[in-house]
Amino acid sequence: MPPIDPEILGRLQFAFTVSFHILFPTLTIGLAGYLTFLEWRWLRTRDDTFLRLYKFWVKIFALAFGMGVVSGLVLSYQFGTNWSEFSRITGPVLGPLLGFEVLTAFFLEAGFLGIMLFGWDKVGEKLHFLATSLVAFGTALSAFWILSANSWMQTPAGASIVDGHFVVDDWLAVIFNPSFVYRFLHMTTASYLTTSLVISGISAFYILRGDTTGTARRAFSIAMWGVLVLAPLQVLLGDQHGLNTLEHQPIKVAAMEGNWNTESNVPLLLFAIPDQAEETNHLEVGIPNGASLILRHSADGVVPGLKEVPKADRPPVGIVFWSFRLMVGLGFLFVALGLWGLWARWRGRLYDTRPLKWLAVALTPTGFVATLAGWFVTEVGRQPYTVYGLLRTADSTSPSVAASAIATTLTIFLIVYGGLFGAFLYYLGKLIRQGPSEPETTGETPEAMRGARPGLVVPAE
Amino acid sequence: MEILALISAGIIAAAILAYVLLDGFDLGTGILFPFAPDSRSRNIMMNSVAPVWDGNETWLVLGGGGLMVFFPLVYSVALSAFYIPVMLMLFALIFRGVAFEFRHQADTSTHLWSASFFGGSLIAAFMQGVLVGALVQGVRVEGLHYAGGMFDWFSPFTVLTGLGTVVGYGLLGATWLILKTEDDLQAWARRSALVLAGGVLIAMAAVSVLTPFLRPAIADRWFGGINLVFLFPIPVLTALLAAWLFYTILSDRELAPFLSSIGLFVLGFAGIGISLYPHIIPPDITIYDAVAPRSSVIFAMVGVALVLPMVLGYTWYAYSVFRGKATEHGGYGGE
Ligand code: HDD
Ligand code: HEM
Ligand code: HEM
Repeated sequence: MPPIDPEILGRLQFAFTVSFHILFPTLTIGLAGYLTFLEWRWLRTRDDTFLRLYKFWVKIFALAFGMGVVSGLVLSYQFGTNWSEFSRITGPVLGPLLGFEVLTAFFLEAGFLGIMLFGWDKVGEKLHFLATSLVAFGTALSAFWILSANSWMQTPAGASIVDGHFVVDDWLAVIFNPSFVYRFLHMTTASYLTTSLVISGISAFYILRGDTTGTARRAFSIAMWGVLVLAPLQVLLGDQHGLNTLEHQPIKVAAMEGNWNTESNVPLLLFAIPDQAEETNHLEVGIPNGASLILRHSADGVVPGLKEVPKADRPPVGIVFWSFRLMVGLGFLFVALGLWGLWARWRGRLYDTRPLKWLAVALTPTGFVATLAGWFVTEVGRQPYTVYGLLRTADSTSPSVAASAIATTLTIFLIVYGGLFGAFLYYLGKLIRQGPSEPETTGETPEAMRGARPGLVVPAE
Repeated sequence: MEILALISAGIIAAAILAYVLLDGFDLGTGILFPFAPDSRSRNIMMNSVAPVWDGNETWLVLGGGGLMVFFPLVYSVALSAFYIPVMLMLFALIFRGVAFEFRHQADTSTHLWSASFFGGSLIAAFMQGVLVGALVQGVRVEGLHYAGGMFDWFSPFTVLTGLGTVVGYGLLGATWLILKTEDDLQAWARRSALVLAGGVLIAMAAVSVLTPFLRPAIADRWFGGINLVFLFPIPVLTALLAAWLFYTILSDRELAPFLSSIGLFVLGFAGIGISLYPHIIPPDITIYDAVAPRSSVIFAMVGVALVLPMVLGYTWYAYSVFRGKATEHGGYGGE
């Protein structure tokens, strides 16, 4: 085997395991919120539809949660195994942030998850609702701390390097570092939006198949409200996030825009093939002055270019450029889905517009694609640093760990995670085919239910 | 700074001990899984730990996170030195963890996830024992970096500690099952506990005899000067507790065997601590060399002081919700 750079292998391994992990929290953060909402509505209205929806989605939640736990455990040790220098140098900053995540969030989630899943006949309804709410709160809190840690690596503040490692002089400045609030809002919104897309897609599938349980329409309606509100919000937050990045990581923005020279009247590129070696783009198609307008709010605004810094300090432009376009493109598609849903609802045809339902089905997994694309922009755009401007990726690796060991574990990860993901999708498919349970009160046949509004089966709120 | 290092080491030790005891019994349940009398017993065994295993494993995350907080140097050195056993442990814990949901959903492939639960528990336990042994036997460090090879951790001694941990977790699992089950399954758990208790005593004796030969510093700690007088109670207590363990397994007691197994682990843990102190990575790095900067240690300690009591409180509550005997349908399939 030709010798491969341990740094590249380490990065590949980390990128793979963390990308795998984030898929599951994205869903569990959103679903936990959704389940809290369902249980709350059920307690308020006693409408059985909400309870049946809860009992169905909680199974999917449990499946995803288990995957999130085991893949997250790996990450918390991988900092040390693959990035030992990074851990030693940034440990005094990141250690407490991750430690607080464990103390305040993971224990909370784990402690009440058991009650949420298995406690129905062991605790009262109110307590059960409290358990669901606390799990949901725990997932959001977990996002808070881990995103604080990640944001600190993007926009470090409140700490300085003394004796070869970071020493914190202001914890508030560390936690609420300049990009944290933007990232936290953008990522949590991404989770809720992705989850709304999953719910609307699966519910649309049930409606297309024939909504025998009376729950799919209710779920579809809730999820389409979610998309309508969250998708435009996400575009807005993304825009603000970008402006913040322009201030703190201008070279990352240059890579996102595929802009090589610092100049005014920069176009918004819709298509281009960035060429890192030649320091230029091929086949450019763009909207004149677009980038200047978005980033500087004036056509002749000056936008930073990649040539501002030496070649060795530039991130891989192609990945950042295209991931960004993928995320933003999907973002606008989600806005369109939300608006179409609103239009159909207004016309009273929300459940009867077949192309709308098919679009919802098609978009089921795309929230995850947008989320991963966003992370690729953020993480690859930060290269060649792990702590932006202060610690290089090349200086973060584990010097004593052999490339062959990393290559071996990487291979095992690919096989094991591939297999697990297959099993996860298989059991997910099985749950989805089963669907929510039938209402218990009536002995109606599926035929009698078909076409009936949920509100007609069980009195709605 | 001295006192901060001591408290930090105490917090880490407490987190690791909590992990060993808590995940110990559910990994032990996994280790015993294939030997259970029938598939109904296996369902009950799984249900007895399903509501709590995630919380138990969280102590491992706290141990890792805690090391990064209080001793970043140790986190960095130990995890690169023990790259392979740590990775194997993580893979094993993955297989153990996903088995809960997947086995529950499976119709035709139940045996696959039973195997995943057993294999994952077994290998995770073995690797954890190997890690302890590898730490006690010492790690080559130069400056701030690990200076040994990828396989330095592997030795007859670490294989012994690995096997000892498997048997020990098995004992915790068996005594947990005495507490959580009834009738035939409980009788089987009692029989298993007897065999495993014997195994644990043999392993503890073998490790205790071998450890002083690993490094002169350890022999000196136990036998130098008048230390033996102060440390003498530890082996004596261990012997008394072991006798009590056998007695309670054979009588009708349900909680006592579990508590005495826990006691044995605590004593073994104390023995390791005595062998190591003041080193955290022997033979070169002491807790005083490795402790994190003051600002980080204090910040984290305030957090621990404020939050840990709450964590203990609701963990206790969560356990109490699921107290009593586990049933075949109590956990999964309740609704
Ligand atoms: C935006 C949210 C988010 C992000 C960016 C990450 N995680 Fe995560 N993580 C969660 C949100 C989350 C969660 C929603 O809180 C999970 C999912 C399932 C669970 O138990 O909690 C979780 C689980 C989870 C666990 C298992 C906890 C347990 O045993 O209960 C660990 C150890 C980690 N994560 C560690 C990490 C590390 C080291 C990350 C970065 C490299 C990371 N997570 C990124
Ligand atoms: C959860 C969503 C995340 C995804 C999908 C993600 C993705 C990535 C990717 C693709 C890389 C490789 C970049 C490259 O080498 O070119 C990377 C690197 C890295 N990320 Fe993230 N990341 C995520 C979250 C985080 C968080 C929350 C942290 C820290 C707490 C983090 C810390 C790191 C570190 C230490 C590296 C390795 C060094 C590096 O290559 O920069 N990541 N991540
Ligand atoms: C038009 C819409 C959007 C814009 C303008 C936008 C903008 C941005 C920008 C500028 C970043 C990089 C920030 C940085 O690294 O400094 C980013 C990251 C990210 N985006 Fe978006 N985004 C949009 C839509 C979406 C959508 C629809 C999703 C997912 C459903 C999403 C998920 C993410 C995630 C997960 C990250 C990484 C975490 C973070 O840095 O916040 N974005 N986005």
